[in-house]
Order: sequence, then C-alpha cells, then structure tokens
Amino acid sequence: MIEKLYGSADEAVADVPDGATVMFGGFVAAGSPDSLILALVRRGARNLTVIANNCGFGDYVDKLAESGQMRKLVASFPVRASTTNVSAFERGFRAGTIELELVPQGTFAERIRAGGCGIGAFFTPTGAGTVVAEGKETRLLNGREQILEYPLLADFAFVRAQTADRFGNLVYRGASRNFNPLMAMAAGVTVAEVDEIVEIGALDPNHVHTPGVFVKRIVRKEVQREGVPRP
Amino acid sequence: MIEPLGREMLALLIARELRDGFVVNLGIGIPTLVSGFIPAGMRVIIHAENGFLGCGPLAEPGLEDADYINAGGQYITPVSEHCFVDSAVSFGLIRGGHIDLAIMGGLQVSAAGDLANWFRPERGIGSIGGAMDLATGAKRIIVAMEHTTKNGEPKIVERCQYPLTGKAVVNTIYTDLAILDVTSQGLLLREIAPGASPEEIQARTGAPLHWTPALKEMEF
Repeated sequence: MIEKLYGSADEAVADVPDGATVMFGGFVAAGSPDSLILALVRRGARNLTVIANNCGFGDYVDKLAESGQMRKLVASFPVRASTTNVSAFERGFRAGTIELELVPQGTFAERIRAGGCGIGAFFTPTGAGTVVAEGKETRLLNGREQILEYPLLADFAFVRAQTADRFGNLVYRGASRNFNPLMAMAAGVTVAEVDEIVEIGALDPNHVHTPGVFVKRIVRKEVQREGVPRP
Repeated sequence: MIEPLGREMLALLIARELRDGFVVNLGIGIPTLVSGFIPAGMRVIIHAENGFLGCGPLAEPGLEDADYINAGGQYITPVSEHCFVDSAVSFGLIRGGHIDLAIMGGLQVSAAGDLANWFRPERGIGSIGGAMDLATGAKRIIVAMEHTTKNGEPKIVERCQYPLTGKAVVNTIYTDLAILDVTSQGLLLREIAPGASPEEIQARTGAPLHWTPALKEMEF
C-alpha cells in the first residue's frame, strides 16, 4: 500500500511548482492548514493562484502575499472591515501586483464542489443584479434571474482535519470543517494536515467525513497558533 | 426630543420577530446581539455560514474553543441540538430557502428594498462573504442599522448609490429611530422611537414614507 504519511510539511509541499493553483481550507482561522501554508512560504513557489475563503483574517494566507508569492487570490472575504492593519494582499491589490477574483461565499463553495464533482457549470440566483453578474451569462429560471458560474479546480488542495487514519480517511471537528471536504475532492493532490493520526480500522466508517481515496498526503500539525485555544 | 435606541434595545425589538422552531442567521454587529434576547422557552436554531447549526452564547473567557466559532470569528458555546455541516451544505441551506429569518447590517436600503452592505466606495475594496447568498435565499430579511450615517446622511434612500448586495430583498428595516416595512406601495413607517414624530423621521429619510393611524411608539 502507498504510504501517505509524510515526515514533515516541508516534504509534503516540496513539489509545488511555480504558477500552481492551490486551495486552502478554513473559515477565518478555523480549519486553516497553518503548517502547510508556512511550509509553502518556505518552499518559495512563486506566481501562485490562491483559492481560499479569506486572507489575513486569523489565517496565514496573507503570508504568501507578504512574501510576494501570490499572483492572484480567489476569495469571498479578502479584506477585513477595519483598515487599521492593512494586509499585504490589500497592498498588493492596490499596487496592481495581485489580482482578485471576488466570489460570494456560497458560489465559492458550490464552484469548488462542482469542480470536485465533475459538474460543467451551474446557475445560481446569488449576485443577480449586482457587480457579481457583470460579464456573465444570466437566465430567467423559476421566475428569478440566475447567473452561470463555472467550477474551481486546483493543482494542490491543502486541508485541515482533526483526525486521519493512515489511509487518509478524515474526520473534521466543529466549524473547522467548512470548505475542507469540498477542496479535498477538487485538486490533483490533496494534502491533509491533522492533529491526530490513527491506524487503519480505528475510525468508525459511518463517521468518516472525507474518504481517504481523495487524500494523497498526510502530515501532522507542526505549529500551535498563539492565543487560539484548542482542547 | 427623540430618544434614539441603543444597540441592545434594537436587538430586543428585533427578537420579537422570532418564532419557535425558526432557523435564523445573524450578521455581525447588532444582529448578533439578537441571540441574547430569544424569548424564554423558545427554541431557535442559529445558523452560521461556516456550517455551524445551533450557535449559542459567547464562550466564557478561558472556555473558548478554536473549532467553535460563529461567522464573525467569535468563540461561542453551542446549544444542545447543534451539529456541523460543510460549506456546500451550509449554503445549500441558505440558497435553498431553509433560513426563516436573516438579520443583516446595512450601509443603504432603497425604497424598493435593495440592500447595499458589502462595499464602501471610500475603501476601494470590499468583502462579500455570505451576504449575497443570504440576501437571495432567506425567506425573510430584516436589516438592522442606524437611521443616518455619522454625518447625518440618510441610509434609507430612493436608490442605493453603493454597490448592491441584492435587489428587492429587504422586508423590514429596524433603525435606532424607526421600524419600517418595504411594501409594494413604498416604505411604510410602522413604529417610531420614543419622542419622535413621523415628520422628523421623514426628514431623516431619503425616500418618501407613508404611515397609517396604526403608527405607534416603540414599547419595551
């Protein structure tokens, strides 16, 4: 059987090339693959297209903008409301060095789900009559204007789970689930950062959230975020 | 002399719209305060867009859990019947019409019920988050906001100047001065803050209001 457990986050990101499209799970800090993001910063792969719900809102995604590795961000919540600490992403956006594709969160989730599930495109009423509809095909369906949206796919998906068995079956905890199960299906290589690794057969198959067939690499969490408690 | 409502009083009033069994989504700010005024004996499921079904009160200091957060990133304790879903299911719940009531903040609301609440032009960039999905999908939308800006400009306007979150989505507006319903005949002034007259409210509103003899002062 293929060994999926890697010795370190650095080893698990060693082949991420320049120009790659990468997905990061997480909603603010919850479910964000901190160790893998930091490893990617150390790896130094450049011109990355980053697909993540938020950037610099409790997560480490903004470090890729700080380091100049981020070429484009696809997100629903790219900036915080407060302007006291402007993120590196926002500075890059204003300077014209980082491109933004702003997507409503539900559309963002469904585009990733569609990517992993082989859906060619879908219509959603979200954003009809707003800037989100600009330049897109729309259709009147069920009496409502709906926008045609296309799937999101990535070369690498970096997800965060509570527990993995050595086959890569994943269990998430609490609100840290969010986009992780969707992204796990939508990439060529899925890497899971977890708190705990158990032997095959230890997980109840009725309670597996992401089947191991979608997971190629597993690493143990390496960083403990300061000030964010986790029992 | 008008007595504008404080945030907590506004949340208390809005909580009267809750019904037993409702699935509710509460935006950041004043809407989140509504969770503190759920009537005794009433069971309401507070849905957070990150996939948390059954948000409860803010966690006590020292008892915060990094995996138990609401849409604003605050640490919360769950209600007994809580569970978690992924983001596709969470937004399927929103888009599929399973939210009975969404309470959202607002920058501007138009006479036709258009909502603008995600982009401030002076900032030059904004975040959408779940706002557009909520605007589209919730069965009923209440906007909770101040009646005017800090500079005294109306936030209830004939047409929104700020980029829209949704067209014709708002049902009721709760402000620190008034409660208004969006109707096919325009904005109906339903209740006013203590000490206010409807003419004073109209003077602070950027679209025509109408009212009936049923207009009354807010009661607490």
